Amino acid sequence: MTKKAILALADGTVLEGRALGYEGETSGEVVFNTAMTGYQEILTDPSYKGQMVLMTCPHIGNYGISPEDNESRRTWAEGFIVNEASRRPSNWRSELSLHEYLVHHQIVGIEGIDTRFLTRHLRTHGSQAGIISHGAGVNDSPDDLVAKANALPSISEQDLVGTVTCDSAYYWNEGTGAWPQRLNAYGQVDPTPARQFHVVVYDFGVKQNILRRLVDEGCTVTVVPASTTAETVRALNPDGVFLSNGPGDPEGVSYAVPHIQALLGWRPIMGICLGHQMLGLALGLSAYKLKFGHHGANHPVMDLRSGKVEITSQNHNFAVRLPSAEEPKGLQETPWGPFKATHVSLNDQCLEGLVGTTVPALSVQYHPEASPGPHDSSYLFRQFRTMMEQAHA
Amino acid sequence: MPKRTDLRRILLIGSGPIVIGQACEFDYSGTQACKTLKQEGYEVVLINSNPATIMTDPDLADRTYIEPITVEVVERILEEERPDALLPTMGGQTALNVTIALHERGLLEKYNVQLIGASYKAINKAEDREAFKWAMKNIGLTTPTSRLIQTREDAISFLEIVGFPAIVRPSFTLGGSGGNIAYNREEFERYVDWALLTSPVGEALIERSLIGWKEYELEVMRDLNDNVVIVCPIENFDAMGIHTGDSITVAPAMTLTDKEYQRMRDAAIRIIQEIGVDTGGSNIQFALNPANGEMIVIEMNPRVSRSSALASKATGFPIAKIAAKLAVGYTLDEIANDITKVTQASFEPTIDYVVVKIPRFAFEKFHGSNPTLTTQMKSVGEAMALGRTFKEAFQKALRSLETDRCGLISLNGLDHYLPGDELDPSVLEHIRTAMRVAHPDRPWHIADGLRTGVPKDEIFAATHVDPWFLDQIEELVLFEQRLLAQARACVQRTTDEAATRLDEVFDGPGGLERLKEAKRLGFSDQRLAQLLDTTAAAVRTFRNDRLPRVTYSRVDTCAAEFEAFTPYLYSTYGHECEARPTNREKVVILGGGPNRIGQGIEFDYCCVHATLALRELGIETIMVNCNPETVSTDYDTSDRLYFEPLVEEDVLNIMEVERPMGVVVQFGGQTPLKLALPLARAGIPILGTDPDAIDLAEDRERFSALITTLGLRQPRNGVARSGEEAFAVASRIGYPVIVRPSYVLGGRAMQIVYDEQSLRSYVENTVMSADQYPLLIDQYLTDAIEVDVDAVSDGTDVIVAGIMEHVEEAGIHSGDSACSLPPHSLTTGLVDRIRTQTVALARELRVVGLMNVQFAVQGNDVFVLEVNPRASRTVPFVSKTIGIPLAKVAMKTMVGHSLRDLNFTKVPATRHIAVKESVFPFTKLGNVDVLLGPEMRSTGEVMGIDQDFGWAFAKSQAAAGLSLPHMGTIIMSVKDGDKPGTVNVAKRLQVLGFKLQATRGTAAYLLDRGLDVEPVNKVKEGRPHLVDHIKNRQAQLVVNTVDTTSSHNDSLSIRREALQQNIPYFTTIQGIQAAVTAIEAMKKAPLTIKPLQDFHPT
Repeated sequence: MTKKAILALADGTVLEGRALGYEGETSGEVVFNTAMTGYQEILTDPSYKGQMVLMTCPHIGNYGISPEDNESRRTWAEGFIVNEASRRPSNWRSELSLHEYLVHHQIVGIEGIDTRFLTRHLRTHGSQAGIISHGAGVNDSPDDLVAKANALPSISEQDLVGTVTCDSAYYWNEGTGAWPQRLNAYGQVDPTPARQFHVVVYDFGVKQNILRRLVDEGCTVTVVPASTTAETVRALNPDGVFLSNGPGDPEGVSYAVPHIQALLGWRPIMGICLGHQMLGLALGLSAYKLKFGHHGANHPVMDLRSGKVEITSQNHNFAVRLPSAEEPKGLQETPWGPFKATHVSLNDQCLEGLVGTTVPALSVQYHPEASPGPHDSSYLFRQFRTMMEQAHA
Repeated sequence: MPKRTDLRRILLIGSGPIVIGQACEFDYSGTQACKTLKQEGYEVVLINSNPATIMTDPDLADRTYIEPITVEVVERILEEERPDALLPTMGGQTALNVTIALHERGLLEKYNVQLIGASYKAINKAEDREAFKWAMKNIGLTTPTSRLIQTREDAISFLEIVGFPAIVRPSFTLGGSGGNIAYNREEFERYVDWALLTSPVGEALIERSLIGWKEYELEVMRDLNDNVVIVCPIENFDAMGIHTGDSITVAPAMTLTDKEYQRMRDAAIRIIQEIGVDTGGSNIQFALNPANGEMIVIEMNPRVSRSSALASKATGFPIAKIAAKLAVGYTLDEIANDITKVTQASFEPTIDYVVVKIPRFAFEKFHGSNPTLTTQMKSVGEAMALGRTFKEAFQKALRSLETDRCGLISLNGLDHYLPGDELDPSVLEHIRTAMRVAHPDRPWHIADGLRTGVPKDEIFAATHVDPWFLDQIEELVLFEQRLLAQARACVQRTTDEAATRLDEVFDGPGGLERLKEAKRLGFSDQRLAQLLDTTAAAVRTFRNDRLPRVTYSRVDTCAAEFEAFTPYLYSTYGHECEARPTNREKVVILGGGPNRIGQGIEFDYCCVHATLALRELGIETIMVNCNPETVSTDYDTSDRLYFEPLVEEDVLNIMEVERPMGVVVQFGGQTPLKLALPLARAGIPILGTDPDAIDLAEDRERFSALITTLGLRQPRNGVARSGEEAFAVASRIGYPVIVRPSYVLGGRAMQIVYDEQSLRSYVENTVMSADQYPLLIDQYLTDAIEVDVDAVSDGTDVIVAGIMEHVEEAGIHSGDSACSLPPHSLTTGLVDRIRTQTVALARELRVVGLMNVQFAVQGNDVFVLEVNPRASRTVPFVSKTIGIPLAKVAMKTMVGHSLRDLNFTKVPATRHIAVKESVFPFTKLGNVDVLLGPEMRSTGEVMGIDQDFGWAFAKSQAAAGLSLPHMGTIIMSVKDGDKPGTVNVAKRLQVLGFKLQATRGTAAYLLDRGLDVEPVNKVKEGRPHLVDHIKNRQAQLVVNTVDTTSSHNDSLSIRREALQQNIPYFTTIQGIQAAVTAIEAMKKAPLTIKPLQDFHPT
């Protein structure tokens, strides 16, 4: 039968479950995600580097694993915590079971955990470090595991981006293809504009669907490592610069700030998630850590300009703080002119989007590229394109 | 956007009687809409013909019309009430159809009434199949290849394109009425004819079959600002080909990748935008090809539906309430989420549990019905269960069905089968065959298939149930087999002691883990006991001694991301319990479980009233129920809601956590009543009448003694423990007799038997097994009038609240007869005697709460037929007729208030008369006979209320869907015994100007008595015969009564044809007498309407 496994949290909580995936021990910050679909996209999202993901959806693995659904070249989550993992998947596209996939990618997981209890616990006590260990007796005792979890470095202290970014620049030319995200009112895929723009993407841990969406919008894409200098970017002569999502604390990537500052105003810039936070830091705003973050595919965000609500895909532990926090709708003065808050979370009023009024730059804290999650915010990529068009006009 | 201030008065249309396809869910949505609109400060005018609804309680709407939902009546309401707007999306297909008709006749324009919630254009675009198809094409979506046809010839020519199997659906019917799957030419032609007949517009859709495709439903909400949210994706366990109302359904969707789900979500958003439902909810169904993911749009309902009720209960997102707010102009982000308080309605619920809904069928009540599941809905109710896994939820749902199945029991005697055991090849063959048929028992046959090693591929091919679900069931079966193997090993080692077995199976190494696992997988104690040859009580004691108790989790819309303030709970075996019971004074109310014949919305009405009454008294209320359609399972009806199976184990678990001051079992019908004894045994105080009184009333001998003590009379009766004894008892009593097995609900298997030969056939054919004995045999009182009485008592005083005279003679189930309140023909003397006897019975039984008594009056003699010391089906009807909420009063007496304290000392005098009429599902279930009998078969009821019996009866018929004619031809064919009674009917009809036709015997009898009657042929007498006349709609009224002794088959075609042609037909002489009185009334005075509030001015 299946082996026992232990999940130990830094605060001393110890839960027993069954071993799932690769046999061994793993550690990371435990975060919960409330999306009901998209576990494969989540496992391969570089933003989860350093984190063990707990899925609140009670059955995970039902539809198996399909190559098309990867969001990067490999998996990144440090561990996987589920209520029940389906051993046999059922879906016409599936090629592997979740368990096989986890084994193949050496991800240590645990199932048979009361994920609701754990979610409530994290909600109350905040995200924290944890350890999953397979095989009782072989490894440490639960107390040892708790001590070990306590000794783990904080996520804020690590340069996680450095571990997930690409080693060298590469080109990308694949769109969303058979799984279009932006359809017009007649159900047709918006035709890719004839005019091609060249976009340089700072890879802080980019999800491939961002690249696909840029290609859909008629961009040729060059992905560059996080440490790329502004000079190098300028030398590539792009029409726009994109700041990608990625793991951890934006302070950990402070080396990129001066380069972003150097590019602000030079070419249109768009940022998503960590990229949004990086833009914030570059503008002189600060970031702060949320108690347990936003991780899910059902988060309502209001576009303050239209008053419309978007259901968004979210995955962030940090957020940008506006100096006038109580009035997120006001203008923020920055050395690059005033910036306007464009989006706000309806759940907790957290800032979700910014746009420059004098320089062409926009950023959102959530994931308009979806995958997983709703496509409501797909229009933002078109807005970025419009910025590039205007810059040329 | 703020709410609209240009509207003041809003008309809401209900869904009318409970029928297959439209049940309590529309009371739930309508009640939410009523409450919401009133809270927002609008005046609400309501029409609904169904008195057993909470929405028709006079304090919910401002003006409540319990009137037939017809264009004529609604027009009168528009004329008198002058509403500013009409909200048509809360009352199912009934409300939509009436709204369409109102618009098309220009009446909305005439009275300057705005449609809110959905425009005519939107409704039409969604409902008209052709328009829908084009709309979908326009937005790049695919619908099944189909064509609308008006003639059989067109249908046949299109068949070449779609091929077999082909789907045939009539246009504009509810619950897919008349929809069928044809596998050959002969079937095809038959179904086409049938569809053209049932469609109100004589139109049908011929469609490519998607049998075997995966089926999904999305519940979508949209506001005026074009914000759209998906409340819940639901996946059907049963593939396409079975109506979704008849399918097991699961939330969230289980086998969709994110890419597929988002594609579906995008499509749903485009659909609601294209159809143009600006404010409110819609239900959209999709089919997905399991082989390649091809997605096809099946249909869209531009209104709240059964599925939206289910989605609301499944997620905690109150769709109808929010739809009502959107309809008056709010946007989603302006509406708070009640459960989390900090978030808004503009989000998509995410759930961290699994919800399983299983339909409840009632084929056993309909001789001749076809239990094969098709695209026409046939189920009468449903149960829902929540669990932390599909397996747990599924097993809880199975035991919530109240079919005496405590889990995945074997239907083929294989409960103890282990691989390697000897297996009769014919049994295996039977399982394989049974699995292939879409039948309510299919899940159980699948389990037996898995038990006996039928390959999953084969099961998938035979059932199209997704392999993921088959895996889940297999896991349950394999777990059972591990237990069995363990138990068998232990039997071989030790003596056959139940306790020892539990020890061996669960106390050994890993044993407790195994038991924990069993509970986590949702196995009931009962099922474990069955597998291990012990008792449920032994399992309970064993595990309570050794394992942590059950825990309760909250339904919170957000997978625990935010704190839940609403105690909407379900059980699981988890790490922590979120029940957090209070220390307040509290009462548990046990609900009625899934709807079925004899157990419906009336009991939910009573339970809701019980909770309302207790809340008025400041007592905390805790509701337990598993029927997702109901008002009782709305999370804000009670202080706390446990969505749980109503079986001993689950209910006792709740008691252990809540420790209430008492439990209410007398309001939820048979379901909670069955639990009275176990609960009492467990030391839980039963509020109101002592459960022993229930036993006293049900135990034949004790009851007879009681009748004798009180000096009352009951029909002669006896008990037979064998067939031979039955003949002896029957001849002692004297034929005719009523015979039935001793346990019955709604008169199951009850029959009137006229002679020994028929009794022999009953004993041989109906009584299938020895465990159905003893048989109860009663004298059948011929030509007696049956009387139903509802009374309430506080233990001292008894108030006889309603005395209802049945229209049909005694012997027809009280749930199926029409009745009038007050009695329309009984003398004051008789009524007084009935009242006195009722009081005596209530006192003797020491009733505290409600009591229902059934009497039969034969000549001048009064017989007591039955006493039920509990709420009856007629409580809401009586309450609405007399203007006193009886169930509330009763609840208050049960917690110690006297009737005098409550200021209820007499029934207010009324000058109106109310008629209750029953509604039957005959059109949906194939070739069943429509004759009424002692076995209950109605699904719902309507009420007609007016100044005189005639009009009240006429309204009740109209509400039930029969429009009585003002003129035309009546065809009569009556049994000998009814011929004298026919004379008067015929005379009156002749005076009214009707032309009389009758079959020879009847005609001769009437001709002899001076009536002008034209004889017509019976079917066997050659053509044209009376069925031809009915088919040609040359008759406007049909009367056909038959002896139970003769074969009904000769005349079955008459009744079926009248039913299919929707020509008013009567199968009892009392029925046609009442109808004639109604026609006389309709010709004498015009229709008047009056809201309940004016009948009972406060």
